[in-house]
Amino acid sequence: MNQFKNFTKGFIKENPILVLVLGTCPTLATTSSSLNGLGMGIATTFVLIGSNVVVSLLSNVIPDKVRIPAFVVIIASFVTIVDLLMQAYVPGLYEKLGIFIPLIVVNCIVLGRAEAYASKNSVFSSFIDGFGMGLGFTVALGVLGAFREIVGSGSIFGYKFIPGDGILVFILAPGAFIALGYLIAIVNKIKKP
Amino acid sequence: MAKTESSFKNMVLSLTLISLVASAGLGFVYEFTKKPIELSNLNKKVNAIKQVVPEFNNNPYNEMFRLPTGEGDSLDIYPAKKDSVVVGYAVTTYTNKGFSGHITIMAGFKPDGSIVNITVLQHKETPGLGTKMTDPKFKDQFIDKNPSDFKLKVRKDGGPVDAITAATISSRAFCDAIQRAYNTIQKGGLK
Amino acid sequence: MEYILIVISAVFINNVVLAQFLGICPFLGVSNKVETALGMAGAVTFVIVLATMATYLIQTYVLNPLGIGFMQTITFILVIAALVQMVEIILKKVSKGLYQALGIFLPLITTNCAVLGVAILVIKKEYNLIEGVVFGASTAIGFGLALVILAGIREQLELADIPKGMKGVPISLVIAGILALAFMGFTGIVK
Repeated sequence: MNQFKNFTKGFIKENPILVLVLGTCPTLATTSSSLNGLGMGIATTFVLIGSNVVVSLLSNVIPDKVRIPAFVVIIASFVTIVDLLMQAYVPGLYEKLGIFIPLIVVNCIVLGRAEAYASKNSVFSSFIDGFGMGLGFTVALGVLGAFREIVGSGSIFGYKFIPGDGILVFILAPGAFIALGYLIAIVNKIKKP
Repeated sequence: MAKTESSFKNMVLSLTLISLVASAGLGFVYEFTKKPIELSNLNKKVNAIKQVVPEFNNNPYNEMFRLPTGEGDSLDIYPAKKDSVVVGYAVTTYTNKGFSGHITIMAGFKPDGSIVNITVLQHKETPGLGTKMTDPKFKDQFIDKNPSDFKLKVRKDGGPVDAITAATISSRAFCDAIQRAYNTIQKGGLK
Repeated sequence: MEYILIVISAVFINNVVLAQFLGICPFLGVSNKVETALGMAGAVTFVIVLATMATYLIQTYVLNPLGIGFMQTITFILVIAALVQMVEIILKKVSKGLYQALGIFLPLITTNCAVLGVAILVIKKEYNLIEGVVFGASTAIGFGLALVILAGIREQLELADIPKGMKGVPISLVIAGILALAFMGFTGIVK
């Protein structure tokens, strides 16, 4: 497929979380505010691009039987790099995302793309794929985060525009499940009306 | 997928090589980020100290000492001095009785034991409920109070503290942390 | 007793799936039949308990002494991957039926964020080895509980008339949300 299609498939057609339903754990956990959701998405995108590129580069060198452990080491390395860089330069966001940064290593999106795409395609295509999927993931997290933040806290991007509390359940666990459920349902309807 | 055959030798070689390169790369990034990470941790502490004690011109961080709580552990105390006279003590205290467990709080006391200010360093309380303990509306009621005559107990337990609506557990935990800090400096005989 | 608190907290109050958002993928994927749900819960419990032990030992005796804490992510995930491979081999020999019923979800236990999540949490919470294992086992029980409840509900749901757009994942998520709401009711039981 051409690179434009390759890049944009991650937004609606094959959106990792809303269509492929991968990476649900960080999606539910980090979208209590739009900024946290976006931060998580961007961190994941970095890892996705990094691992996709390296896996694609090494795909002819890694023996087939050990490809999964090899991918895991490569992904874990990028996750650790992102973890250290965030700790050093954006400590506030780092603390909010907490345990979910190292958990990027088990985000099925990353391993999934490495196995399904990066190991079989050129370096440039893998880069575009990682970028597009990552961005699609980030947008979905941003939308979900914005919804939960607006309804749950009456603020957006940290800027409060409704005094007092919102419908608190939406920034808590139950709200996360319910909001994501309906978001996926809406996307389902858009795709096949 | 791979053009390299999955012989035992190749498998071991490739995995070892990848692991070595990964470890080396990570070691490099770690060294590179060590200083900034230390710095940001330091800044957080220094900012917290500034918020809870009166103006000072020493370096409380460098003069940090520890005092036992009487429960088997000890708390970090940062003395704030103006022109070499102690104006306050910033105490990093904690409680495990939070709704969601551990809460870390920095409490500032004047030498006579009265509270200057409090800031919450770390917590996992429920948004909209326990998180309200960081609001001035709740926190400010402790300012200038001296635990020797202001009992750190919520109204439900017979004390004067106004708990957060529907967040009694978080409010109690908050009091528990302050009490721990106060007891520690009293035990240490700080004046 | 400390351990009872850890168990109740991990199974009900801070349920790994419904409160901490770990282990959602298998939660959604394997919960359509109670039987497979039980099998998955058993396999995950086994892996989590072993993983907690192994990762604790590695952290304490390798990572910390050598000061290479930043290698935690890599070493932990490799340990977990190896353990899952082992479970796969054992299960194939011991219970071929269960092995086939779990299908692709068995190797996917490696990417179950609950396993890695618990391993990291044990270190963060500074539990010792026994507390860590108790915590791990209780977390797994909490996972199993949530899984089996959802499976039971979904089996009943087969007979209900669900709008097309909501079928499958969306309705499961909404039900999980209601379950999470119900579990929030447990928060008062430990004073």
